[in-house]
Amino acid sequence: MSRLPSDFVLSNLSRRGFLKGVGATGALVLAASWGWREAFAEGSKFGADGMPNGWVDDPKVYVSIAADGTVTVLCNRSEMGQGVRTSLSMVVADELDADWAMVKVRQAPGDEVRFGNQDTDGSRSMRHWYEPMRRCGAAARSMLEQAAANQWQVPVGECRAQLHTVLHQPSGRQLGYGALAEAAAALPVPARESLRLKQSSEFRYIGKDSVRAIDGEDIVTGRAVYGADVHFEGMLFATVARPPVYGGTVKSFDASAALKVPGVVKVMPIDSRPIPSEFQPLGGVAVIASNTWAAIKGREALKIVWDDGANAGYDSIAYRKELEAAALKPGKVVRSTGNIDEALNSADSSLEAAYYLPHLAQSPMEPMVAVARFQDGQCEAWAPSQAPQVTRERIAERLGIAFDKVRVNVTLLGGGFGRKSKPDFILEAAILAQAFPGKAVRVQWTREDDIHNSYFHTVSAEYLKASLNQDGMPSGWLHRTVAPSITALFAPGMNHAAAFELGMGFTNMAYAIPNVRLENPEAAAHTRVGWYRSVSNIPHGFAIQSFVDELAHKAGQDPLKYQVKLLGPDRQIDPRTLSEEWNYGESPERYPIDTARLRAVLETAAQAAGWGRELPKGRGLGLAVHYSFVTYVAAVIEVEVKDDGTLLVHKADIAVDCGPQINPERIRSQFEGACVMGLGNAVLGEISFKDGKVQQDNFHMYEVARMSLAPKVLAVHLVTPPGNVPLGGVGEPGVPPIAPALCNAIFAATGKRIRSLPVRYQLQGWQQEKA
Amino acid sequence: MITLKLNGQDHQLDVTEDMPLLWAIRDVAGYSGTKFGCGMGLCGACTIHIDGAPARSCITPIGSVSGQAVSTIDNLHRDPLGQLVQQAWLDTAVAQCGFCQGGQIMSATALLKTHPNPSDEQIETAMLGNICRCGTYNRIKTAIRQVASHLQEAKA
Repeated sequence: MSRLPSDFVLSNLSRRGFLKGVGATGALVLAASWGWREAFAEGSKFGADGMPNGWVDDPKVYVSIAADGTVTVLCNRSEMGQGVRTSLSMVVADELDADWAMVKVRQAPGDEVRFGNQDTDGSRSMRHWYEPMRRCGAAARSMLEQAAANQWQVPVGECRAQLHTVLHQPSGRQLGYGALAEAAAALPVPARESLRLKQSSEFRYIGKDSVRAIDGEDIVTGRAVYGADVHFEGMLFATVARPPVYGGTVKSFDASAALKVPGVVKVMPIDSRPIPSEFQPLGGVAVIASNTWAAIKGREALKIVWDDGANAGYDSIAYRKELEAAALKPGKVVRSTGNIDEALNSADSSLEAAYYLPHLAQSPMEPMVAVARFQDGQCEAWAPSQAPQVTRERIAERLGIAFDKVRVNVTLLGGGFGRKSKPDFILEAAILAQAFPGKAVRVQWTREDDIHNSYFHTVSAEYLKASLNQDGMPSGWLHRTVAPSITALFAPGMNHAAAFELGMGFTNMAYAIPNVRLENPEAAAHTRVGWYRSVSNIPHGFAIQSFVDELAHKAGQDPLKYQVKLLGPDRQIDPRTLSEEWNYGESPERYPIDTARLRAVLETAAQAAGWGRELPKGRGLGLAVHYSFVTYVAAVIEVEVKDDGTLLVHKADIAVDCGPQINPERIRSQFEGACVMGLGNAVLGEISFKDGKVQQDNFHMYEVARMSLAPKVLAVHLVTPPGNVPLGGVGEPGVPPIAPALCNAIFAATGKRIRSLPVRYQLQGWQQEKA
Repeated sequence: MITLKLNGQDHQLDVTEDMPLLWAIRDVAGYSGTKFGCGMGLCGACTIHIDGAPARSCITPIGSVSGQAVSTIDNLHRDPLGQLVQQAWLDTAVAQCGFCQGGQIMSATALLKTHPNPSDEQIETAMLGNICRCGTYNRIKTAIRQVASHLQEAKA
């Protein structure tokens, strides 16, 4: 199959599997649809229905109750700080009417036939699993009530489960959940339609701040088990020297010095696969030792001659020029309304601006690490994985064993941010384990390995031009986005952004502008581009929200008032009318874009920040609003630019409408964290390449936010939307508005417009420039 | 064999003198609360106490601490101040992924030992070496202030 259509669409599929078998055979077997029309014709599968292996709501899979009353909830989603182990357990416990003190959580291994989709990505765990988990809890509650009714020989309608006890109302008899567990488990699961779900007024935990993080105590005492904490007697420890350039291979290597390092057991190559390398390891030379330090020292002693391959010329300075040049020329049109050319020709005036955002590395605090053991033709792995099912599939393919001979256990993740959706590092452990049957092998990445071999956030040039009416409002809007695509991981020649990338804040731009043309010129990838928290929303949100601020200033209008005017009348927009078919995999009817909700978060953040107040010299307020992962977020940032050009963020007000709030405490913490990460991205974050190699090695060169960059005051305001709207995402949508809000604040403070990230030293000498 | 005074016990470890304490503690002595984050003393995930003072175990060779008492997050609950810090971390719901928090707590405890009522600047200076990629810094500050005010009340 060589068909590579230009309108490749990821459909509702998550980060995986849409080119199944690439690793094993090199053949292109497509599990995704070609083009949105076919995807659409697939049968309107939205939300969890559209995910690989869908959802499961069987309480016998997810809930168990011990004789002592302990309720154990199985969590099928990976915990990386978003609190999903707490939140899903909370949902089950609420419908079950369990006593939270009696609730435990256990992590499910990768097994989607049993557990439904397990890809923890796309800010959709609660969106897709809230209802199934409610039903699990409600079904289990109903089974407990039935078991009690049977024992007492009374009508089940007289029995009511309440806080870990079933009560027979007429007689006052009671039985604890533990005493009923065995009999309840023997009953059939009641039909879905017969379940009585709680009214929101009956919720005990949902929507309240009453529950503590289920892993909190383990974390503060150091007992929590992350990837590197899985330990077996006699286990081996490995490091891998990987090709410094994506697509490079080992020409030759000399292991003699490495083998002399005390503790080094073996040196062996790992084969590179042809690029694009999908989720496969990069290959290289592995050093296996009796402890991590010996493996690190052994690797330093390796002598390797590399063939750098086709990407040896990747140079960020030159590539930026290519992207910026491409952004000035017409590209593939992805949305066109009205007539932009006419609007530009007949306009009173116009404004254009170009923005640039560099690559970033997720760099979670826990560098990649995995443990694997191969024995009797079976492989078992333990890893901090966001995607245990695809990990199983790839291990089976790579080791040449059957899928059911592979088990993948998910540990806690020391951060993920999208990096741990890709199992390259777990495959390394599996490959090495196969060479040491019966022994557990841990592959430990160093921070340098992590920064050099990320699946990088894309690099992007954004060009915008608006035709303006006399009142300063745009009659026309031209936006070009140019960025290497994540789909380039999976097939050659993928030089355009996929629908799921364009749908992240580009195509679904919702301002009321009559003439709009959105274009996506080509960009070839020369490194592994992957998902990074909030993904393409980062460049799109930065460009659009910076440009709207520029338009407001050009019009001499207050940015808040200008934003509200630009949103136009309150309305619900069917994303399909914006040529936006992906819609985060959600139904366009259930999830229209609601401009009233955009306005509400803007106004909430602005009010909380005291928008419009007088500020001391050198200080400014900036605002931005962005819709992503079907959640509405606005940010107002108050920044002080010091004389030396350094920044002090005094305050950040973040307003969030993510629909109904399941675990408000964790929602606030996610948006606090996203604000800090967004500030790090904006002020410090940059990965650059020279001669195909990443130029940053560790946190002294790839800087991330430290405490000094966090806002002195950071307030998250949860906005409850009117009416009955479905859940929105939480993990990612806090990131995109931060960089533009900050840069708009910098402009308000200094008059200097930042169009290229990171900010870094660009503000040095700003006062002279102003004078 | 090197003798390491770790968490109140003598451990005989068969390691070379240049091995960073981090790997001796994790791979050989078997305490896993101390985390590897950067290997260059840049992120603080590996923070331990050597005779009560905070240190980055990833750049401290085991051969350099002979006779000194090394303690890790795994043992912090035995220290009354450590317990207060851990409790404040729970009350403030600081942790997200939690991977860096052992190091954060060790740095915070060391700060509060020498500065029971730290200023904002002192908090920032003491915690600047600890990276949290989840961005929990504001809650870390809140938790430290909570311990400080508890200590002030106890004194009064």
